Amino acid sequence: MWAYLLRRLFESALILLGITFVTFVLLYLVPADPARQIAGRSATAATVENIRDQLGLNDPLVVQYWRYLTGLAQGDMGRSYLQRAEVSSLIAARLPASLLLMVSAIVTELIIGLTIGVVAALRRNRPVDHSLMIFSFVAISAPQFVIGILLLYVFAVQLGWFPIGGYGTFAHLVLPSVTLGLLGAGWYSRMMRSSMIEVLNQDLVRTARAKGLSKLRIVTRHVMPNAILPIIAMIGIDIGLFMSGIVVVESVFGWPGIGQLAWQAIQRVDIPVIMGVTMVSATAIVLGNLLADLVAPLIDPRIKTK
Amino acid sequence: MSGAEDIGPGDGRLVLTVRDLTIQVATETGATTVLDALSFDLVRGETLALAGESGSGKSMTALAIMGLLPQPMARIAQGSIRMGDTELTGLGERGYRKVRSNRIAMIFQEPMTSLNPLMTVERQICEVLLEHGVCARGAASKRALRLLQDVRLTEPERRLSQYPHELSGGMRQRVMIAMALACDPEILIADEPTTALDVTVQAEILDLIRTLQAEHGTALLMITHDMGVVAEMADRVIVLRDGKVEESAPVRELFAAPRSDYARALLAAVPQLGAAPDRPAPSGARKVIEVDDLSVRFDISGGLFNRTVARVHAVEGISFYIRERETLALVGESGCGKSTIGKALLGLVPWEGSIRIGGVQTRGRSRAAMRPLLRDIQMVFQDPGASLDARMSVGEQVVEPLRVHGLASGSELADRAEWLFRRVGLSPDMLSRYPHEFSGGQRQRVCVARALSLSPKVIVADESVSALDVSVQAQVLDLLQELQEEDGLSYLFISHDMAVIDQVADRVVVMRLGEVVEEGPRDAVLRDPRHPYTRRLLAAVPVPDPTRQRPPLPDAAGIEEDSPIFAVGSGPARVELHDMSQGHRAALTAP
Repeated sequence: MWAYLLRRLFESALILLGITFVTFVLLYLVPADPARQIAGRSATAATVENIRDQLGLNDPLVVQYWRYLTGLAQGDMGRSYLQRAEVSSLIAARLPASLLLMVSAIVTELIIGLTIGVVAALRRNRPVDHSLMIFSFVAISAPQFVIGILLLYVFAVQLGWFPIGGYGTFAHLVLPSVTLGLLGAGWYSRMMRSSMIEVLNQDLVRTARAKGLSKLRIVTRHVMPNAILPIIAMIGIDIGLFMSGIVVVESVFGWPGIGQLAWQAIQRVDIPVIMGVTMVSATAIVLGNLLADLVAPLIDPRIKTK
Repeated sequence: MSGAEDIGPGDGRLVLTVRDLTIQVATETGATTVLDALSFDLVRGETLALAGESGSGKSMTALAIMGLLPQPMARIAQGSIRMGDTELTGLGERGYRKVRSNRIAMIFQEPMTSLNPLMTVERQICEVLLEHGVCARGAASKRALRLLQDVRLTEPERRLSQYPHELSGGMRQRVMIAMALACDPEILIADEPTTALDVTVQAEILDLIRTLQAEHGTALLMITHDMGVVAEMADRVIVLRDGKVEESAPVRELFAAPRSDYARALLAAVPQLGAAPDRPAPSGARKVIEVDDLSVRFDISGGLFNRTVARVHAVEGISFYIRERETLALVGESGCGKSTIGKALLGLVPWEGSIRIGGVQTRGRSRAAMRPLLRDIQMVFQDPGASLDARMSVGEQVVEPLRVHGLASGSELADRAEWLFRRVGLSPDMLSRYPHEFSGGQRQRVCVARALSLSPKVIVADESVSALDVSVQAQVLDLLQELQEEDGLSYLFISHDMAVIDQVADRVVVMRLGEVVEEGPRDAVLRDPRHPYTRRLLAAVPVPDPTRQRPPLPDAAGIEEDSPIFAVGSGPARVELHDMSQGHRAALTAP
């Protein structure tokens, strides 16, 4: 078990190293010049060149990358070009808000998605099933900013149940979480539905019925645990999906998380911040996958961590 | 078939009455009757066998009695199923729940998929006990342990906390039986309970069912396709075909003098151990396959750097040869490595040692250099449904090997396909059809045609007839025999079925845990077995003759516990074979 964990952590570190390289090269290739952004439109070429020198942007790529890696190894993610602050402290200030949003979105999507999936599977090919699947289809296909604005209009502006934006109370959390979770809920409901239907047709359900068990017990004790197995691995991968959603949803709801930070940084070519946010989300995805792989054997005794 | 005149043993108390039971299944073309007016009585303590081939309606009958017919496709169109004063047809789900397990319990064919992989044995047994209020929550564990002891499970305390995947197939079926008997039901329905098990395990499970039945006085409804099992277990038999009763008779009467044509044909098709005709000695002395010191090992990795921590010694130091026109049978129970040998011959798994095909060494050859050699050796697998591509017409599949090897093209392919189809007894009109339009036996013929397309010298038949009904099995075996006589084919016949092997083999190699324990001419190995394992295998085969009692199984202390997995650097002790007589060699002691 510990050997497995160590090996997986080692692998995760390698993956992250690969990600730093790819993002670094990509950002290097971007045709926008951060020095020009800092200096402003009216600055002379000499000023810009001066800033480039100061930031070390004139060094070869390899030198720049090595400088970044050695800094990262010491916990130094660099300084923002534009915000006069350490990237790490910028991220640290905004990470809790994003994590809160993410966790509550995961809970939302699992509750909505799994419930819909189970109900649809038990009522398959009936009107209830069809309407639920139409709902999930809409949830998957509608862009998140449209859903976000729609929810804002109906529940914040018209009904006044929730605040229009901001951060602080539980009420602030509801609409962003639902917006973010709805996409995942759509996917999960479809996966859970087909997974449930598959298990319902398995021999073990026939045995459970032959044992004279109640329908409720068969569904909750025999079908659902078996149906949820393939979904656990998906939750790990899902965190990656969230990262893209978070940028949009945080902008719509004025949520002060790293999504907003990333959005601002991208607009202004603030490369150290972009790198920092990318690293944080990559770490989240890698850890999410690791967590899913560690949880799976707790539920399925057939999987051994070796 | 009704009434008391043909009631078997037991005290004559009627537990189940089935009258005019008719089951219909909805299909695209309307309702099809899969069971037509079946009537029978079941008496306490007796065993009634419902025998028949696939599609006979025997499993549907079992499900109907349990109230488990697949909804909404199948329904009971008419008839009655009564237990005492209770009419079961039309009983609602709530009412049926009290009947299931409590009064009628059922065990199924696949003990692995029938158990819940995520629950311990203890929880799965306790669930039944608590659901039907057999005992209080606090006493359930103790009761579950008792049940495991009743089904003679080794180390019952440890089994309670284990999960199904940690048990062998036989142990799983014992757990299923324990669960079925938890509420001491009046009727036990066993739907092909031993079909998925090895023959020695089958013998043990059948013995167990019989013992428990005698102890509890349970009435047993045995659903099976295996006439050997029928002969061994049943008091009375109902032979079904296509949902209709062909014959209903006490077991001895049926086997001694079947009245219906179908029952007669069915019994005649059953391969019997020791009843096979003599086979002429293969005329050709040329060896087409020579295998020397073949080993196949699979690594198991783990640890910090995913290093190899152990190896499965699937095949260990095996040597054999096959001559022209000869059939060599590889026999052994699941996991003994027999199929792995077939795959090694075709280069489908990495192997060590030496394999010569037609005198040419294949070791160290590149894939490209192997190709022409592989033309001489083709394979026919167990499940013809799974080994054909559902989206390609059978005609194309049959000549695909020719295309791949660049041996024919255009109209030549079409001619060849027609010729191959005629060769295996199929009409060339069917060439453009797809696999789902064929029956199981026809599909296996298609697979044989495909194997023949390259005019091979050797065909590896890996359990090629095991999934087929007996009557179809006999036809496919005849086809293989005919091809051998006419084309001079050699076969490597891999099977677990001793009776089939008796019919087809010239020589037999018995394998256990990746090694050969006995080999020699068929008559020597099967009539005069020297190794205890071979004896055990032979003794376990059910005899399709109710007047002959199968001898008790020789003791197998510790045999099930052995495993072919060894730490890196160690391996199994090589089994040494000793000459018994001309060409007959066996290990002297159990390895």
